[in-house]
Amino acid sequence: MSEETRYEDFFSVEGGNFRNAGQVSSRIKNILKELGCNSDMVRRAAIVTYEAEINIVSYAKKGFIHLQAGPHRVLIEVSDEGPGIPDIELAMQEGYSTASPMVREMGFGAGMGLANMKRFSDYFDIQSKVNEGTRVVMQIDQAR
Amino acid sequence: MTLREVKEILDAEVIVGEDQLDKEVHTAFSADLMSDVLAFATAGSLLLTGVTNPQVVRTSEILDIAAIIMVRGKRPSQETAQLAQELRIPILSTKYILFETSGRLHARGIVGCIVKVGERGDVRRDKV
Repeated sequence: MSEETRYEDFFSVEGGNFRNAGQVSSRIKNILKELGCNSDMVRRAAIVTYEAEINIVSYAKKGFIHLQAGPHRVLIEVSDEGPGIPDIELAMQEGYSTASPMVREMGFGAGMGLANMKRFSDYFDIQSKVNEGTRVVMQIDQAR
Repeated sequence: MTLREVKEILDAEVIVGEDQLDKEVHTAFSADLMSDVLAFATAGSLLLTGVTNPQVVRTSEILDIAAIIMVRGKRPSQETAQLAQELRIPILSTKYILFETSGRLHARGIVGCIVKVGERGDVRRDKV
């Protein structure tokens, strides 16, 4: 990764701030475009970051997104100070959700978020501690 | 087809993007669940939806959606319209229900952005 990385940045996401949910993903999308990532990579990176951002806003007090990117590989690490996930296997199942009615009104909270993050990543890892937080690592590679 | 033709077919009101009606569109995706939109909608498609909050605009921006068509007479909140202005994403409002909106556009040549979902990737129209 290191020799590939041409851009690195940290972004913070405020929990509960539904108005701004998606702003960081928009910025990351533009950064990747400028770096010369192809449209498929930009699209997948923007989708997984957006789902992660929605999760932070929906569940956590605050969260951080660490972006490391080069033209052929993007690494996105998302960590939050939130309630944590007691049963990751269950949470990964499509359709399982603990979202509030407010999150559902926005068109999310149908138990698709984590599944989408995994679906669009080439590498996906999730770790969580109850009452501490959750950390997700996602890598997007240029298709060969 | 241009957005102007879409507007006429759907007897729609243009709420944002009066200056973008010459934009060409060929495909569409209909859903109220933004996670499904993220999973399946493709760049340059129309998004037909009943969701009116700002997240529909954010989702559209992430995916480079050509325009949002709000169905069943729904209209964007002020915040939503403002964000759409900022991000230059047109919003049209039609009184037709989602089924009718989709059908009327399909009958005039707009096709689904994918045909169906599959276990090994979605089926795109050129692969049918």
